[in-house]
Amino acid sequence: MINANLASPRQDLIYMLVFSAVILTMPLWLQPFGAAYPGLLQKFMIFGILAIGYNLLFGLTGYLSFGHAAFLGIGSYAAVWSFKLLSMNVIPAIIFGTVMSGLFAVVVGYVCLRRAGIYFAILTLAFAQMAYNLAYSVLTPITNGETGLQLSQQDPRILDRMFGIEATSSLPFPNLFGITSAGFYGFYICAAVMIIVFFIALRIFRSSFGLKLRAIKSNQTRMSYTGYNTRPFLMTTFVISGMYAGLAGSLMAVTDPLAGAERMQWTASGEVVLMTILGGAGTLIGPLLGAGIIKYFENIFSAFNENMLMDAFSFLPDWMAEGVAAFLGLFVGDGWHLTLGLVFMLIVIFLPGGMMEGLQRIWKLIRHGRHKRDHQSKSQQASAEEA
Amino acid sequence: MSKVVLDVSDVDKKFGGLRALSDINLQIEEGTVNAIIGPNGAGKSTLLNVIVGRLPPSRGHVKFNGQELTGKRPYEINQMGVARVFQTPEIFPDLTLLQNAMVPALAKRDGQFNMSILKSLYHEAELREDAEQMLKDLGLIEHKDQLAKSMSRGDKRRLELAMCLVQHPKLVLLDEPTAGMSRHDTNRTIDLLKSIKEQGMTKVIIEHDMHVVFSLADRISVLAQGAIIAQGTPEEVRNDPKVKEAYLGGEQL
Amino acid sequence: MDAILLQIMNGLDKGGAYALIALGLTLVFGTLGVVNFAHGALFMLGAFVAVTLNKLLSLSVRVKDESVTMFDAYKETPYLELWFGDVGSQVINWSVPLSILIAIPLMLLIGVVMERGLIRHFYRRSHAEQILVTFGLAIVLQEILKLMFGANPIPQSTPDVISGSADLSMIFGIGETISYPWWRLIYLLFSLIVIGLVFSFLHFTTYGMVVRAGMADRETVELLGINIEKRFTIVFGIAAIVAGLAGVMYTPILPPDYHMGMEFLVISFVVVVVGGMGSLPGAVAAGFLLGLLHSFASMTAVKDIFPGIDQIIIYLVAVVILLTRPRGLLGRRGVMES
Repeated sequence: MINANLASPRQDLIYMLVFSAVILTMPLWLQPFGAAYPGLLQKFMIFGILAIGYNLLFGLTGYLSFGHAAFLGIGSYAAVWSFKLLSMNVIPAIIFGTVMSGLFAVVVGYVCLRRAGIYFAILTLAFAQMAYNLAYSVLTPITNGETGLQLSQQDPRILDRMFGIEATSSLPFPNLFGITSAGFYGFYICAAVMIIVFFIALRIFRSSFGLKLRAIKSNQTRMSYTGYNTRPFLMTTFVISGMYAGLAGSLMAVTDPLAGAERMQWTASGEVVLMTILGGAGTLIGPLLGAGIIKYFENIFSAFNENMLMDAFSFLPDWMAEGVAAFLGLFVGDGWHLTLGLVFMLIVIFLPGGMMEGLQRIWKLIRHGRHKRDHQSKSQQASAEEA
Repeated sequence: MSKVVLDVSDVDKKFGGLRALSDINLQIEEGTVNAIIGPNGAGKSTLLNVIVGRLPPSRGHVKFNGQELTGKRPYEINQMGVARVFQTPEIFPDLTLLQNAMVPALAKRDGQFNMSILKSLYHEAELREDAEQMLKDLGLIEHKDQLAKSMSRGDKRRLELAMCLVQHPKLVLLDEPTAGMSRHDTNRTIDLLKSIKEQGMTKVIIEHDMHVVFSLADRISVLAQGAIIAQGTPEEVRNDPKVKEAYLGGEQL
Repeated sequence: MDAILLQIMNGLDKGGAYALIALGLTLVFGTLGVVNFAHGALFMLGAFVAVTLNKLLSLSVRVKDESVTMFDAYKETPYLELWFGDVGSQVINWSVPLSILIAIPLMLLIGVVMERGLIRHFYRRSHAEQILVTFGLAIVLQEILKLMFGANPIPQSTPDVISGSADLSMIFGIGETISYPWWRLIYLLFSLIVIGLVFSFLHFTTYGMVVRAGMADRETVELLGINIEKRFTIVFGIAAIVAGLAGVMYTPILPPDYHMGMEFLVISFVVVVVGGMGSLPGAVAAGFLLGLLHSFASMTAVKDIFPGIDQIIIYLVAVVILLTRPRGLLGRRGVMES
């Protein structure tokens, strides 16, 4: 990955093409894994976007934010309001959600980026908690409190009225110029957005801007004595990262038009951190991988129960199967979060570079192993000849 | 007399009741190599920190090419053409050597902030060649794709020097550039510093090693207890009885 | 007037809990240099020590209810009551204070195991990694408790003798009655005592003085040939005990559930930051200060002027303090700034 900066435009083009192909064919190749249904596919895209955006901040500059859930929530609320006030079309909703969380990120970033390290983490956490608490209390007229913000028949939807789109008797669903954003259509809308934002992230990684961000992570004092005003760099990155989160939040509303405050809870922020670390902070594809894996296993594990485990281990003697099932039962279903916490700890302890580092290590091992084998066979040949 | 690049006039620096610097006057001429020497605790590092704007002086001015440096931020001072080499190498440990050299070059070209994400580094060939040339000059080119943190201490110092020089600064401030280096590396660094002398770059060196000082400096200022007690050519300073007494303790140079 | 007094008292007992948690948190910061996101979990573990003890003591058996004579009725009677009669029921009734005795060795053990098993290996890693691994640990601990005790809060009761309310008017010499639960008064007193004990340990014992010296300048202490790492284990254990005791005693005020650790952790971090990282007096002062502020912000009169202020006051204060006094109220230079 060291020379990733110097990938040629041709290589990048191939990279993007392969990436797009992989994303767009997900409904096909995820079939054997039992993950090819729209709800989960949409989640892969949405949390992938969130993690990619988070990684731009944490992975490149090293600033650990514990407040990204707030941006996610604001994106959702803004998108639902766009559905209510403007139009059921997803485009204004996405734009509105992204811009609103971007504005919020400007305010939060302006304050929080005055401090670094652990102070920054706590400041962002404080802002997220404030947003969460306010969403439940004073801001109920905007957020609809615990019930969550929902669509209703009586919403004005000014733009839709203007263009003469008739209100139907049932509750309307978001759409892209008439194509509903539910099901696989929803997935393809999210996938298109994903490809665009991944491309932007790729450009940032490859540009001098990205290199400067990595330099800030590595040694901020040196940056300042090297002639850089680091604050605007951090600010820009923070806002971009916040907008990615807002975009993800608005896509949540696009695929399921309601917004609740629980999405802003700081455990949700923790989940993003988890995805990024699990996949590999600072790598381009890692966070996406992390998001996918967490959402996939969440889906599988939380659906599991002890009976299914008993079935799976029915080949064992009864008493043994019961024991194994009871033990494993702790980690599935409701115990999914326990598994997640354990895996997360193991990753931080043994593989701080995440899965990408793991893959690299395995790759090296394989190459090394092959190299060694070649070497051995050669020397064997040599000794055979001598004999 | 040629143009004065750095003008330190009547600078005092107090820490609480302690007077770390008193009445410092120092005029550095363009293209010269200036050494500031003095025993430990004489205020050398404080003086350097005042010059680069890290510490505000209690009194007096520091001017660079007629512009006030006092109160400016480190990046502003760097953008004016003042580069600094630290006592303990300040590099980007998680970047490769080539990247380490490219970041300062980019600062020189792009200024203190710009956000161009459209141009890939792949297309920055000219800049990369500059950086590679500088690494070559300092004998680091064969390591250019290695991470800086994996280098030896001496290599790190040379890398930091490369990072300064790649910006082609008007003035370089070097804080003990050979501290912790082997004799071999020290000589190599001296040769290197000599070779860039011809390029008309002004240098201020803080140094303990007399060998380095006398083989490089055109002018030497001697600091003792926060004041300059002698100033002049190496020859003048060497024969100054005050210096012998205060700093060299009568030792023969 | 009495409303304000009551708010002050309300703020003080909450402040006591904040102060106790923040004290341990900052002790660990200052000595070990570790940012422990699992510290809230220690508070929660303490609370569940009380829950567990109460459950164990009230283990029951079905016996015939003698008071019902018309038909055969059964009731659950704790073994302790069966065996020891009134003494037994008194023991159950006093289970929360009794938990303190159990919590001290148990929390010490948990703390030592945690430090030896995990935290130790993170001394030299970045703060971000410390935060992440302890965050993971906090999730694991809270999920284990959720599996064991379920998701619902488990109310604990105070001993009957002190279950009522005190009339503060007597103490303050005001005419009107101000009723205030005895237990909260006890909690305030308890937290002051624990804080006092920790400070005297650090100031009046040689062991404590070495620890404080290590906080100020670790390298020098190590140069003196003192094995500071061994002491760090004990310090971590003490922090665990303090957090655990805060949790035990808080159970009658707030029924413990598996979320409480995280909730208090976030606030305690804010407390530590406001007080100044690495400053013990700062943590205590900020704990009480924020408790009071929160209590005042919850007054209807205040809420009418600034709606929602009670929800955000603590975080707002943290933001303001961090921006105006980056080192916190009593923070020292150079702690946790890299």
